[in-house]
Amino acid sequence: MNTILGRKVGMTRVYDAETGVQTPVTVIEVGPCTVVQRKTLASDGYDAAQIGFEPRREKNVTKPLRGHFAKAGAACARILREVRLGAGDEEVKAGDTVDASLFDGAGFVDVTAKTKGRGFQGVVKRWRMGGGRASHGGKSSLRSPGSIGMREWPGRVFKNKKMPGQMGDRQVTVQNLRVVQVRPEDHAILVEGAVPGPSGGVVLVRKSIKKAAKS
Amino acid sequence: MKTPIIDKIEQEQLKTEAPPAFAPGDTVKVHVNIKEGDKQRIQLFEGLVIARKGSGATETFTVRRISHGEGVERVFPLHSPNVTKVEVTRRGKVRRAKLYYLRGLSGKKARVKEKRF
Repeated sequence: MNTILGRKVGMTRVYDAETGVQTPVTVIEVGPCTVVQRKTLASDGYDAAQIGFEPRREKNVTKPLRGHFAKAGAACARILREVRLGAGDEEVKAGDTVDASLFDGAGFVDVTAKTKGRGFQGVVKRWRMGGGRASHGGKSSLRSPGSIGMREWPGRVFKNKKMPGQMGDRQVTVQNLRVVQVRPEDHAILVEGAVPGPSGGVVLVRKSIKKAAKS
Repeated sequence: MKTPIIDKIEQEQLKTEAPPAFAPGDTVKVHVNIKEGDKQRIQLFEGLVIARKGSGATETFTVRRISHGEGVERVFPLHSPNVTKVEVTRRGKVRRAKLYYLRGLSGKKARVKEKRF
């Protein structure tokens, strides 16, 4: 297992005891998560584990879901998410639990979460365009995108042209965040820097796929 | 908002001995640990405390001094391991918490009255 569900708690700063350098960190409450269902190549065509996070009272869970949890022998969970399994995960089976100690010596993690929704935004906020000029008769184009293309040729607006629209509320992954501290007793980890989404938002934390700890 | 977990983490960061009581308006000597290569030494920064900001492990204070006719301000994290000692040399009598108005003053006008007990 290299992935776990969690919740963003908030940010603070910690000191390095040796150098005294202050590091901004995000506190993420991770796990404990239970494997609720194990999908295998033989039965489902791919390898994955469905993990549950945060307890939920049994009376608040629908009967079909209750059965689903009972089959795994797991307690009812509020959030279910499927995660891909990699090499060395053949032994994972339903009923297993993972917690923060997963990241002991991990070095770096990737964090996936839904960003804060910002609604329908113009190009200045959404794409950091400069907008028009405020003086010399700027008037109607203070925050406008300017030209969006050429002339009769190509006669159309190119795809992916940066325009106004919905901003935020989409899934984003931030890669290679350094793990500053692992606190299994609090079910929490501290990662350097910011993490997408609001405090209290659900996040998926995975061991970094690009960067490993320096040994 | 501070949650129990963040509170706990910040409590661990705090210095064990209580930081010396000082307030805006006081003149202090700050002992700062400086690392140069593998050598360590203590540097002093003396000046007037013009602000204290934040709480818990993230609390900072700003010290202002006039150096070679130029105003210099340094912000120190109160609980930083590098701030080894804060000595109060003079207590000032001031009526506000942030003394930013001193930035616009110089000479005799930029003085702070001493507190008499």
